[in-house]
Amino acid sequence: MSKELTPLSDPGLSEHVHRKADVDPQAAKKAERQVGILFLLSVFGTLLFVYAYVGIDEDSFIFLPVLGSTNAHQLFLGLGLAIALFFIGMAAVHWAKVLMPDHEVIDHRKEQRSKDEERDDFVATVKERSAEAGLGRRPFIKRTMLLSLGLVGISPILLLGDLGPLPGDDQKKTNWKSGTRLLTDPGDRPIRPSDLEVGGVAQVQPELAAGKVRHLDDIAKDSVLLIRIRPEEFNLDAKRLSWTYEGIIAFSKICSHMGCAVALYEQTTKHLLCPCHQSTFDVTRAAKVIFGPSARALPQLPITVDSQGYLVAKEPFSEPVGPSFWRRNK
Amino acid sequence: MRFISKYRRHRFAAPLLLLGALFLAGLTYSAAQAVTRQATLSQSDKATLIAEGKEIFARGCSSCHGINAEGAGIGPSLVGVGAASVDFQVATGRMPVADMSQQIARKTPVYDDQEVAALAAYVASLAPGPAAVTNEELAWERDGNTAEGGELFRNNCSMCHNLAGQGGALTQGKYAPTVMGVEPRHIYEAMLTGPQAMPVFSETILTPQEKLSVIKWIKHAENEPALGGAALGRVGPVTEGLLAWVLGLGLLIGVAVWLTSKAR
Amino acid sequence: MSARERVVGQVANYVDERTGAAKWLKKTLTKVFPDHWSFMLGEIVLYSFVILLLSGTFLTFWYDPSMKEVEYEGSYQPLSGLKMSAAYASTLHISFDVRGGLLMRQIHHWSALIFMAAMVAHLMRIFFTGAFRKPREFNWIIGVGLLTLGILEGFLGYSLPDDLLSGTGIRIAEAIVQAVPVVGSYLSFLIFGGAFPGEMFIQRIYVVHILLLPGIFLALITVHLMLVWYQKHTQYPGPGRTEKNVVGYPLMPVYMAKAGGFFFIVFGVTAFLGAVASINPIWIYGPYNPGQIGAGSQPDWYMGWLDGLVRMAPPIEAYIFGYTLSLNIMIPGLIIPGIIFTGMALYPFIESWITGDKREHHLLDRPRNAPNRTALGAMSLTFMLVTLINGGNDLLATHFDLSINQIMWFSRIGIIVLPPLAFVITKRICLSLQRADRELVLHGKETGRLVMLPHGEFIEVHEQLSPERAYLLTQHEQLPALQANLTDESGVRNPKSLRAKVRARLSRSHAEQIAKPAASDLKELESGQH
Repeated sequence: MSKELTPLSDPGLSEHVHRKADVDPQAAKKAERQVGILFLLSVFGTLLFVYAYVGIDEDSFIFLPVLGSTNAHQLFLGLGLAIALFFIGMAAVHWAKVLMPDHEVIDHRKEQRSKDEERDDFVATVKERSAEAGLGRRPFIKRTMLLSLGLVGISPILLLGDLGPLPGDDQKKTNWKSGTRLLTDPGDRPIRPSDLEVGGVAQVQPELAAGKVRHLDDIAKDSVLLIRIRPEEFNLDAKRLSWTYEGIIAFSKICSHMGCAVALYEQTTKHLLCPCHQSTFDVTRAAKVIFGPSARALPQLPITVDSQGYLVAKEPFSEPVGPSFWRRNK
Repeated sequence: MRFISKYRRHRFAAPLLLLGALFLAGLTYSAAQAVTRQATLSQSDKATLIAEGKEIFARGCSSCHGINAEGAGIGPSLVGVGAASVDFQVATGRMPVADMSQQIARKTPVYDDQEVAALAAYVASLAPGPAAVTNEELAWERDGNTAEGGELFRNNCSMCHNLAGQGGALTQGKYAPTVMGVEPRHIYEAMLTGPQAMPVFSETILTPQEKLSVIKWIKHAENEPALGGAALGRVGPVTEGLLAWVLGLGLLIGVAVWLTSKAR
Repeated sequence: MSARERVVGQVANYVDERTGAAKWLKKTLTKVFPDHWSFMLGEIVLYSFVILLLSGTFLTFWYDPSMKEVEYEGSYQPLSGLKMSAAYASTLHISFDVRGGLLMRQIHHWSALIFMAAMVAHLMRIFFTGAFRKPREFNWIIGVGLLTLGILEGFLGYSLPDDLLSGTGIRIAEAIVQAVPVVGSYLSFLIFGGAFPGEMFIQRIYVVHILLLPGIFLALITVHLMLVWYQKHTQYPGPGRTEKNVVGYPLMPVYMAKAGGFFFIVFGVTAFLGAVASINPIWIYGPYNPGQIGAGSQPDWYMGWLDGLVRMAPPIEAYIFGYTLSLNIMIPGLIIPGIIFTGMALYPFIESWITGDKREHHLLDRPRNAPNRTALGAMSLTFMLVTLINGGNDLLATHFDLSINQIMWFSRIGIIVLPPLAFVITKRICLSLQRADRELVLHGKETGRLVMLPHGEFIEVHEQLSPERAYLLTQHEQLPALQANLTDESGVRNPKSLRAKVRARLSRSHAEQIAKPAASDLKELESGQH
């Protein structure tokens, strides 16, 4: 590599080989016919499309291998369109390939860079013109201009301020209060401890004040999963144990990682799995993370029963539910 | 019922009943249809069935579950699991287990419906538990509501079994199987008993009517024809992306190669 | 003069008198384009964009970008009576109550997937052949911008139907926004108009999806194509092809017919997919509800790598003065993608800094002749492949009897081990291919014919390569490595010596080559043999 060796010489473009259609009029005629047939196939496609649109009922089905029973209206509309478009393309390309000139053409390229004198000329012009504007000589104008241009951008950004309210402590509040009943979701039925067998689960939502309608915003924070195991299987400290009721334990269903609904409960291992990113939580140890990307346990909802024997929240969540955010622990 | 208790001590009762039972058994065999409903059987039939079940159990199940179904090293105790659990596990072929891997999979059943009924009766006789159901009892087509079932399915089932019921992965190699092609009675019994990793959905948390709706939605999803073409396994964007690369871009690159090749 | 020729003449006159464009148009119509299948990848992207505009416009006629709650009363029975957003209901309406609506939805979605796939394939072609080198760095950067925007545009489109799958995607995107230090919560509340999911999101991303981003796309694509036009297309090396020319076919009529025809072919193939393969069957997924989820919830493929990265992230969060820093989201969701895209945009400058090569290049590299670059590309692809595998780990687990935990650990280790391994292996392969090329040129092709020499020795006859083939295998230049200037002329230690050392080291690695045969080698060989 050190010494420059003479490279092999360029033999130049290889000789042009004529196509059959260039020399044989019969072959050319045949090629012309082929192109025509391809165009006709496209016409057939359009006809199929029109027929499917007006002639095939939207509720008619046809049985096809691989696809099974398929909606014929949608299928033939699509096939018609596909055939109509595809064969126009095939015809045009075939035409270009076999009948249009196929001599390779050489185009010359010049360097992108302008000639030196042109560039010098350009630079000189820019210098001259900017001198005419006098920015360099009038620093006050220059500075105030930069200041005003810098500041003017604030207005449109500020205008975006009303896109949404400030978070406040909205992220930390849910509809769970002391004494809020746990209702089945869907169904909105209150739950007694006896409704849940060992190994059983229930998806629950809080009972809302009369007249309040449950919105998706509420569900996004309130969703709770109720699980019953044998009380002796718990491995909790006294406080967390007091948050359970006869082996029934409640966790926020909103993943502490990215907010998906964590509800894959394996009753054999007592593990909860999030289907989005596979964080795995151990129910017996207060939903401690045992696998996956989540850094925090699922918030536990303290529960007890009310005077009528229905399950209620003992206290609100002691920490914000859902994904982490900057001021979460503030 | 009163009819039965009134005449059960009649001198023709025993032979007639025996005849009837034989006839019934023959009918079940010939039609290969399960008649597992214990309530319709008389006491002595039940006793025969239980005895038959105990015998099958001793031959086929006791090595794992213990001679009296009290549980042994490998298999859990079956006292109190009820007929529903037995019907689900045995009639879907999961029991007896063929290989002891992470998960016990559905396969061709080893026992026929009569034998399953006998086993179920035996296990149910040990301690009360959820009763088995028959497909005929479940009026899901009449009492279920597809839309409500879909809502229930998405709240309670889809997190494991996938939005289209195709099944999904659990931890450590376990999986939630597909719910397509499962008999209604087994779907019902699974919700009721929580087999393997699946949790229990008791009759108050998911009412019988709600369970029928879930079945109706599953049956709808199973039988829905292709509305937009091949379903691609109904597992979402992964197969779609694969097809876009392989068939979509693949076909186009194929055409591009033809397009830029020299004609002869 | 025929009637047609007269008409053509008149039209040309009319236009030219008003625009003076005759000269420019003539030049344009005779412009030469080189032919190669890999040059069509960019065209697939362009045509897919046009298909997206057409089918997307059709969809806007019925789509209702509103999160207002409605009760579904359309013709799809299994959902009737359910509460859902107007956006979801109108998407169902398009699918089941507009003739051809489902077809157009499917064409739109397939086209989006092909758009992104072809864009990535195009990028690979540009990268592996070195087409990004001077003077095309600007176009490379525009391309990286288009790729980024394409991912965003695709994600927004995936979100618009407001079904359970797409809502889950937005939920995750919202968590990434919240993870931004200091301002995350504020950003999220501004974007969603309050707490997630709020009632504003769909209408906002709708405008971004159908107006803002397509507008930026149009502008960038125009500049992208104008630059291609102005700088003329690159070409593969070969006999007669030099840095100073372009060999190919003229725009009119050959290229026009081929490119125009190819548009119809791309549209046809997309329509075929739309006809026979179901995509995003939202009616099965149901309306979005933050309390519900499906196993195997995945994003579209071009977001799969991001999802895979997020899945394999270590479970760490930092607390600084009581403030929460979600490293488990920031690292895979913001920092690594930032590094990937910035690094990609800067690559042309990095490479030219390493090689010291500031010349224009119009002849493409054969990937084997740039072993370092090819290896780097293979390394990046391996990285992406591992993330993609992990993004689909739940499906791989169920379909191949694996466990998600195993796949996760494979990915966590693989993401660190496999890319460097791919680098080393690819580089070795490239050098071996160079060696094989050298052997071919020097000793010719093995013919398989055995000949017995008079003294009884057997030899296999080797056939000399044609001059064209020999030229192709040897036309590339082999730049020497840069020497580090650790001291300046007067012997004083260079203050930038560390940088220079790094540069020299990289340059040495980059310049690793198998010496190509020169004309003199061949001559020696001939004289030696005969």
